[in-house]
Amino acid sequence: MKILVGVKRVIDYNVQVKVRSDNTDVDLSNTKMAMNPFCEIAVEEAIRCKEKGIATEVVAVSIGPKGAQEQLRTALALGVDRAIHGQSEEQVDSLDVARVMAGIVEEEQPGLVILGKQAIDSDNNQTGQMLAALTGMGQGTFASELAVEGEQVTVTREVDGGHETLALRLPAVITTDLRLNEPRHARLPDIMKAKKKPIDTRKLEELGIERASYLTLMRVETPAQRQGGVKVDSVSELVNKLKNEAKVIS
Amino acid sequence: MPSYQAPLRDFRFVMDEVLDYPRHYAQLPQAEEVTPDVVSAILEEGARFTREVLLPLNRTGDEQGCRLEGGEVLTPSGFKEAYAQYVEGGWPSLSGDTAYHGQGLPTSLGMMLSEMVCSSNLAWGMYPGLSQGAADALRHHGSDGQKAQYLTKLNDGTWTGSMCLTEPQCGTDLGLIKTRARPDEAGGYLITGTKIFISAGEHDLAENIVHLVLAKLPDAPEGTKGISLFVVPKYLPDAEGEAGERNAVSCGALEHKMGIHGNATCVMNFDGARGYLVGEPHKGLACMFTMMNVARIGVGIQGLGLMEVSFQNALAYARDRLQMRALSGAQEADKPADPIISHPDVRRMLLTQKALAEGGRMLVLHAAQLADRVECVTSDAEREAAETELGLLTPIVKAFLTEVGFEATNEGVQVFGGHGYIREWGMEQYVRDARITRLYEGTTGIQALDLLGRKVLMSQGEALKPFTKQIHKFCQAHEGDAAMAEFVTPLAKLNAEWGEITMAVGMKAMQDREEVGAASVDYLMYSGYVTLAFFWARAAQAAHQALAGNPDDAAFYRAKLDTARFYYQRLLPRTRAHAEMIRAGGESLMAMQAEDFGHGFAI
Repeated sequence: MKILVGVKRVIDYNVQVKVRSDNTDVDLSNTKMAMNPFCEIAVEEAIRCKEKGIATEVVAVSIGPKGAQEQLRTALALGVDRAIHGQSEEQVDSLDVARVMAGIVEEEQPGLVILGKQAIDSDNNQTGQMLAALTGMGQGTFASELAVEGEQVTVTREVDGGHETLALRLPAVITTDLRLNEPRHARLPDIMKAKKKPIDTRKLEELGIERASYLTLMRVETPAQRQGGVKVDSVSELVNKLKNEAKVIS
Repeated sequence: MPSYQAPLRDFRFVMDEVLDYPRHYAQLPQAEEVTPDVVSAILEEGARFTREVLLPLNRTGDEQGCRLEGGEVLTPSGFKEAYAQYVEGGWPSLSGDTAYHGQGLPTSLGMMLSEMVCSSNLAWGMYPGLSQGAADALRHHGSDGQKAQYLTKLNDGTWTGSMCLTEPQCGTDLGLIKTRARPDEAGGYLITGTKIFISAGEHDLAENIVHLVLAKLPDAPEGTKGISLFVVPKYLPDAEGEAGERNAVSCGALEHKMGIHGNATCVMNFDGARGYLVGEPHKGLACMFTMMNVARIGVGIQGLGLMEVSFQNALAYARDRLQMRALSGAQEADKPADPIISHPDVRRMLLTQKALAEGGRMLVLHAAQLADRVECVTSDAEREAAETELGLLTPIVKAFLTEVGFEATNEGVQVFGGHGYIREWGMEQYVRDARITRLYEGTTGIQALDLLGRKVLMSQGEALKPFTKQIHKFCQAHEGDAAMAEFVTPLAKLNAEWGEITMAVGMKAMQDREEVGAASVDYLMYSGYVTLAFFWARAAQAAHQALAGNPDDAAFYRAKLDTARFYYQRLLPRTRAHAEMIRAGGESLMAMQAEDFGHGFAI
């Protein structure tokens, strides 16, 4: 079985995010970029499937600017076999990515597609679901446990009420939650070997995709500074404030 | 708890824009491996490892320290697991010989990773650090059999190393050692004696420990010409080359130290332990110097690493801590007070840390290129030139960066005010950890004698000239450049003065040898400040050049220029004091009789 795994280049989670002075976007100049942490979990799970003999090949896919090749190299150093880079210097939104992925799924015929449940830059949480819809595959989102048996994958999902366990027919789309696994560090010899693994770079047009651009980024602002709290003298004053000032109870 | 982010952007600036590493690496035999993308991937992963694995163990290591129980040394919790991860990641083998399980990457790359390790957890870093020194000695002087047995194990990290030189009666003066080596029937030697201050001499991180031990053979001549080097494993290798029978070497005690508590500093007893000669009889000191030169650069990097992490945390605190209004009026009127980074004296401390750390990084990465060249260059003349320059810069890297490293970590405490003195903030640990770096691998005084006596004066100044010539050429090349005048004019003057001072000390020393010792430490510090001034001028030039192209990150380059100006205006004047003290000579040091020092009190 082949596994397709998604990798997104995002701002490093350790870095303090700055907004451009004209509020058009987040300022990414001279900012450290890294693999989206949920994608790291996806890559780790795919590699574990290969180590357990469930998968025979793991292919990483990234759709984004030239720099995304760094994150693909990281994935290759971690144990992914080869990579596909859908290059786009322009902003792509979730549906664009899902459509490109659908095209690659058609071409590669994977048994399993593992994606992060969301990326920490835009927090959309929709690419996996869109991909499932476009390809007609079943979806197991927010996975905290995953077991492949024969033609079926059992997914434990983290839902509001607790855990839900689903059995999906393969091929299927899985999106990873935080507790699925703890990603490994890349080994030095593997970083060096990753250089020799292939990255297939293609422009979006070559993949037959035109950007849909359903979304326009209007404005980005720094979150408002948190105001200090006030001490109340009595329960009734607290209730009053919750009712009339905060308007959280009625 | 302190945080740490490896200064990857600064590494990139120094490598790509100041020291032209892409060209340097392209000339090495490993050119195919060390392309810029791989180098950056390795640095990124190293940064991640140090931040995620080593940094969280730094304070717990300091609090817990090492324990000796029934002859076994237990390292602080988490150290063993972190070392296992380090080995699993393949890091010990980074610059090791590919014939012996190494990755064969350039020495310089190992030094960059070493800075990150030192910033995140100096005490832990001592364990792999000592292995590196032992591996280097065996690589240069070991027999093929010794390399196959020990070097492979040191490179893959399953075994670690130690350097056993010091004894109770001798530290600096190794001619006085008493440890004896007696030939046995099997062609080996039985080693007997006591070694002290042995870092990583005993611990629970690895399967076996390879001690490199200085001892005297029965027919040894007196003094340093009678020292031989032996490899003495904790467990003797069995028929398969794995750790077998226990050897008669044991840890007698652990030292209780001011800092680096997580590192085991051991008294090692050799009770007829089986050992094997490394290199030729009585030539041990030369072998040991191979280890020590690597180790001395390594200790300089420790000073650098501690400056960087102390700076990062002092900076975060200074931006966050609100106290007093700026003298010129409120800077942040909506807050109860201004952040202390508004105050000139806090800025002085932060900029001192920043200028010395970033300047130190340029010096270390320049020395690292020389180390690569010494290893790889094939023409004798080029190798000799690299060796001479590295020889000159080694005591400067070691002593200057640890002296200013101690100062900079102290400033880190000072920025925190009283909170800096409280253990929980972690800032005082850096001072205590930094304190040892001025002592081990040869104190500052010893490094200063090495620089002035052994390197500069013994060569009649010839060792210094190629370096001052580089500075001269740089100044000449930028002579008419108005933007660079603020750096080039003072640098050219100091460079000329460096030569004059050297001549003057040399002349005095011909009359009285004590003048060398009297001038040495001031001479070393003077040399350090001028050397860093050279690199800061180069950084300024690179920043000007980048700014001309209107880069996205212009702020980075403007900060470089500001820091260079601070260095020239507020740190470089220290050369005036050192020059004056050198010129004053040794008379006032030597006038008083030893018995006259203590007349103010009665014993």
